[in-house]
Order: sequence, then C-alpha cells, then structure tokens
Amino acid sequence: MEKALKKYFPVFVLPTAAAFVIGFIVPFIMAVYLSFCSFTTVSDATFVGIKNYIEAFKDTTFLHSVLFSALFTIVTVILINVLAFTVAMCLTKKIKGTNIFRTIFFMPNLIGGIVLGYVWQLLFNGLLSYINRTLTFSSVYGFWGLVILLSWQQIGYMMIIYIAGIQNIAGDMLEAAEVDGATGSQRLFKIIIPSVSPSIVICTFLSLTNGFKLFDQNLALTAGEPSRSTEMVALNIYNTFYGSTAAYRGVGQAKAVIFAIALAAIGVIQMRLTAGKGDK
Amino acid sequence: MRRSNKVIAVVSAAVMAAGLLAGCGSGDSAGGGSGDAAGGAAAGAGSGSVYYLNYKPEVDAQWQELAARYTEETGVPVTVVTAASGTYEQTLTSEIAKTEAPTLFQVENQSWLDNWGQYCYDLSGSFIAEHSTANTLSMEGVEVAAVPFAMESYGIIYNVDLLNEYCQLENAVISSAADIVDFDSLKAVADDIQARKDELGVEGAFTSAGLDGSSNWRFTTHLANVPIYWEYTKKGITTATSLDGTYVANYKNLIDLYFTDSTCDPALLSGKTGDDALAEFCDGMAVFYQNGTWAWTADNEMAEMNIAFLPLYTGVPEEKDSIGVCTGTGNFWCVNKNSTEEDIQATLDFLEWVISSEAGIETLSGAMAFNCPFDTFADVVLENPLFTSANEYEAAGKTAISWIGTESLPTENWKANLSSALIEYSQGTGDWSNVEKVFTEDFATEWENR
Repeated sequence: MEKALKKYFPVFVLPTAAAFVIGFIVPFIMAVYLSFCSFTTVSDATFVGIKNYIEAFKDTTFLHSVLFSALFTIVTVILINVLAFTVAMCLTKKIKGTNIFRTIFFMPNLIGGIVLGYVWQLLFNGLLSYINRTLTFSSVYGFWGLVILLSWQQIGYMMIIYIAGIQNIAGDMLEAAEVDGATGSQRLFKIIIPSVSPSIVICTFLSLTNGFKLFDQNLALTAGEPSRSTEMVALNIYNTFYGSTAAYRGVGQAKAVIFAIALAAIGVIQMRLTAGKGDK
Repeated sequence: MRRSNKVIAVVSAAVMAAGLLAGCGSGDSAGGGSGDAAGGAAAGAGSGSVYYLNYKPEVDAQWQELAARYTEETGVPVTVVTAASGTYEQTLTSEIAKTEAPTLFQVENQSWLDNWGQYCYDLSGSFIAEHSTANTLSMEGVEVAAVPFAMESYGIIYNVDLLNEYCQLENAVISSAADIVDFDSLKAVADDIQARKDELGVEGAFTSAGLDGSSNWRFTTHLANVPIYWEYTKKGITTATSLDGTYVANYKNLIDLYFTDSTCDPALLSGKTGDDALAEFCDGMAVFYQNGTWAWTADNEMAEMNIAFLPLYTGVPEEKDSIGVCTGTGNFWCVNKNSTEEDIQATLDFLEWVISSEAGIETLSGAMAFNCPFDTFADVVLENPLFTSANEYEAAGKTAISWIGTESLPTENWKANLSSALIEYSQGTGDWSNVEKVFTEDFATEWENR
C-alpha cells in the first residue's frame, strides 16, 4: 500500500499543485515582475527598474494609509477578540436558545463587505444627521465607523472559533479547580484562556490580516474621505493603480508587493510569538 | 486487484483535476458582464466576429438585442459585454490582454488615447469615419483613432411646470424662464424660490448636490468644465497642462448657489447620492437639477415630466444671453488593431450596419436615445426633450459650451482631489482655498506626474 502511495502520489498531488501554481505562484511572480515595469495591461510591460519603488516610498498618502491601517488593526484585533471571546463564554453557558444566538451573531459574516459598507453608511449618516454631520466630517468619525462595522461583521466568526475551543476544555479539569477552591477569575485566567490558546492564535492571525487587508468596507463606507485621511493601504493601492495614467500602475503594483511582503512578515511574526506561548 | 486500484487512482485524479481546473476557469472569465464572452467571440473565428466592450450599462439590453438581430441577419457572431458602472477602464485592462480581446471598445476623450491609443486601428476611410459629422480623434501616426457616436449635453435641467407655477406667484422675480439670462437672474430666482419654498410646495430650489461617488462627477467633471472652458476661450487655446484659475471664483458662484438653495443642509451633502437628486427632481421636491441628456430615457420617470435646459451660468460677463448648454461627447468607438484582419473587417461591417440600417438607426436614436453625429441620422427626430432644448439654444445663435475643459482634466486623482476639497468646503472643515489649489497647483502636478 505504501509503495503504491509512493508510486502514485504525483498523480494525486499534480492537480492541486497545478491549480496552486496557476492560481497563486504564477500571478505572484508576475505581480513582482510588473512592479518593476511600466504597463497598461499585463502583456505590454516595459522594464523600468526600481523607479516604482522609489515613487511608492515618496508618496506621503501611502505612508499615511499604512499608519491608519496599523492603528485600525490594533484597535480591531483587541476589540474583536475580547468581544468574541466574551460572547463565546456567554454562549457556552447553559442558557436557553444559545444556538439561535450563535446563528444570529454569525450572520453578519455572511453579508458582503460592499453591501455592509453602504448599509452602515446609511445608518451612521442617519444618526449623525441629528447633529448635522456625516461620516466624512473628520477622520475620527470614519475610523470609528470602520471599527464598529468590522467588529460587527467579524465578532460572530471569531466567536465560533472560540466556542469550539472552549467546548474542548475537559470538564473534569474545571470541576477539579472548583473543588480546590479556585475563584471564577482564577479559572478564567489559569485554565480557560491557556486552554483555548490555539483558538487565540488563529483568531488573532485572522483579525490581524483582515484588518490590514480591509478594502470593500473602506471603499463603501468612507471611500477615504475626508481628503484621503481614512484611506487604508488596500484602497490606497487601488487608487494609485487606477487614479492616474498607465505610468502609475507600476507604482501601485510596487506598493502591493511591499504590502504583501510586510503583511506576510507580520503574520509570521505573530504566529511565532503566540504559537510559542501556546506550546508552554 | 492492482489494476482496479490503478483505474480508481487515475479516475479520481482526473475528477479532481477537472473539478479544480473548472473552478479556475469560471473564476477567470468574470470580465464584466456575461461570462461567455470569449466563447462567443471564438465561435465565429473563421469568418470574423465582433466583440464589443460597451461602456454604458443603461443601454446594455438594447445593445444585446441589436447584436442578436445582426447575427440573425448576417450570421456574424457579435458579443456585447458591458462593464459595470464606473469600472470600464478596469474591465478593458483585463479584457484587452486576453487572446479573445474586444475588437471594439470605447474611449472617453483624447487623454484616454495616452493609455489606449496603442490599441487603436486607423479608422480613416471607414464608413463610420466618412459619415461622421463631429470631430474624430487622431493621434501620432493614426489619422482617425476614435469616432464619436453619441453627442451629449448637460446644463441645469428644470421642471418647466414648477418654474411656471413660480412665475405665477405674486412678486415673482421673473415672468418666464426666458428671463433667466445670466448668473444674477438665476441666483435671484433660486434665492426667491428657496425663501418661498413652502409657498411653492418644494423642499429647495436645487436638488441636493450630492458629493457621494455616485453624484460628485456632476461637479468634478461637468461643472469643472465651465471655468476651464472660459479660461481657454479667453486665452484662445483648446488645451493646457496648467491653469491660472481665473474663473474658479465663478465656479464658486454656482457651487455656493447649489449648496445654499438646496433641499438639504450642505453639511449632509457628502452622504447624498445621484439617486437622491434624481428622486428629488422627479418627485417635484426641487425645481433645478444639474445633469445631462442621459438623465432622460424613454422609460424613466423623467419621460413624463415637462423639462428643459438652462445653461450653466457662473457670472462670467460674456455669458449674458449668449451661451447655450455644454455639448460634446464622451463616447468614442475604437477598433482594436491587434484583432485579426477578419475580426477588424467584421467589426467595421457591424458598425456600418449599426449607423446605416433601419434597425440600427431606430435602436440608437430610439431605445438608446442617443444623438448620433452621423449624416445617416440626418432625418431622425429625437424624442428626448433635453436635446430639443439644447438645440433651441443653438438655433437661437447661442454658443454651445464645448467640453474642452473636461477633455483636458489630467487624471482620476485630480477629480478625487476636487471632490475631497468640495466635501471639506461643504461641511465647513476646509475653506475654498483648497478648491483653488486643486484647480491650479494640483492640475499642474497631476499633468506633470502623468
């Protein structure tokens, strides 16, 4: 049997490997190549060296969007994970109707980002009209609008992961702690949280990358207004790519490559840090 | 046993591969509208086929119908794919790089040829170029790169019945719409309507000048044409890469009027959409609405309204009783020179049929409500009252404002900057100097960066 596996594994691996190469490796290599080019479409690129990267780093709106995204990500990672964990704790207690609540909390995650953005824009602007303002009044409004939107959307998803983690904790461990006289907070911090650390690793990773990659919601809710001050990295790249002539597409491409590498690095560092803790 | 294992292995691997690759395939073809674009175009490869990447979603159904009719008559396959609203360049970027690229695509103006000129087939001598009555676009080495197929006009659309009703009011500042001949008279009327809005039963003189992405182009592209037009006219030039901003104050005149004599508080404008303004106008909540001939179609609410145009008066001395509405075109046909010879010929034949056959003329001027600048359309009577109104100004000897300003706008970035500056001005977080800066400094830098 093992022999057969060794013999035939290329047959099984090949389709997936081919799809991975076509759908991921090739576009990624092309993207990196295009970031060194000036082009209108992918098939008419001319090599221009590192000019695009120099332009990208000179662009102050890009730097601003990176900082805005970073701040946004820090706030949402904390908010989403704390709230999702809290909701998960509540919904693993023996309360009536937990399944209904779980479903309801999960539902926002099923709605597309553009639709959510427009719906929340209507809600926020409807509320703000009482003080004669809109979301674009200042970047603070836009920032918190985006935070509320993303939290509302993602808490349910993270909650499901936390619920799975909490349900995996052996009941006798908690019982033993209770018999030994551990208080509620001791049980939470000494048993429950360390036990769900794999869930924490996954959820932080997801919310971290989601925060940085946010595009649809940003486009639909604020579109970067006022004056590009709520523009996040992905939207900045998009605007660079399509906002000017073809000469500038390479700059957008260069920004995208910088962004991809930075995001991958942040993801890896986060996994190393949190996963290391989980093992202890 | 071993053989059956082998068979199972091969079959399951094949199924996996098929599933995976099918997934890739369907993801690939999401160009813009119908996914079968490439397939359709490929079908008639032997004898030539047409693949039209259409710009205007509002006439997609009409184009599909016309294409089907042509295929029925001639057997030449015609595929029409329409890019979703506001994504034409994105769609064109990905479609034109494909093996089955569009044979026919559109550009908005001369500056689009910077990006897309390299794909333009020289149309000189073709039927559409020979019969064109408007200015075609040319570029270095290509005599006729693009041929316009629909003229459009924009200005201030007004509700004729409501304005007449206003004229009947006691102490109305005008006795008929003909008394509005310059910015001062327009402002007097608008201010008075705003002050007496309850008496007239409206919410404001102008519909909300929404600065949301679905509406801001009315001011960042169309209205922005006016100050640039006056500057160029004064200087006797038709294009430039920097502006003095001499007439930005005039732009402010009309913007201020839109903001103050409006259905809503200016601070809320950034959240107002194009649909909001349209609904306000159609519901009779406002008298004036800045938009163009495209706002009217035979089957929308406006078709039942009594409407006409006013020029975009901004307080320039030369405008008094002597200008018409802004007339030009942002719709040019280009034929892809990288297509096969058969496909290019098929496309030219298709276009000839579109502008000369009865079915084509009827669809373009009827269902699509286009004002087509070809001599084959000479006998066509247009249904759209806005064209009639625009023509009346010209017939009365008034100068139509050309689109030279819009055509020389540097980039999308520039429009976005202007929109941002207007938003900040409308909500009081920025002052007018930002708008001035966009017209002068940003205009030059964006041109430099191109």
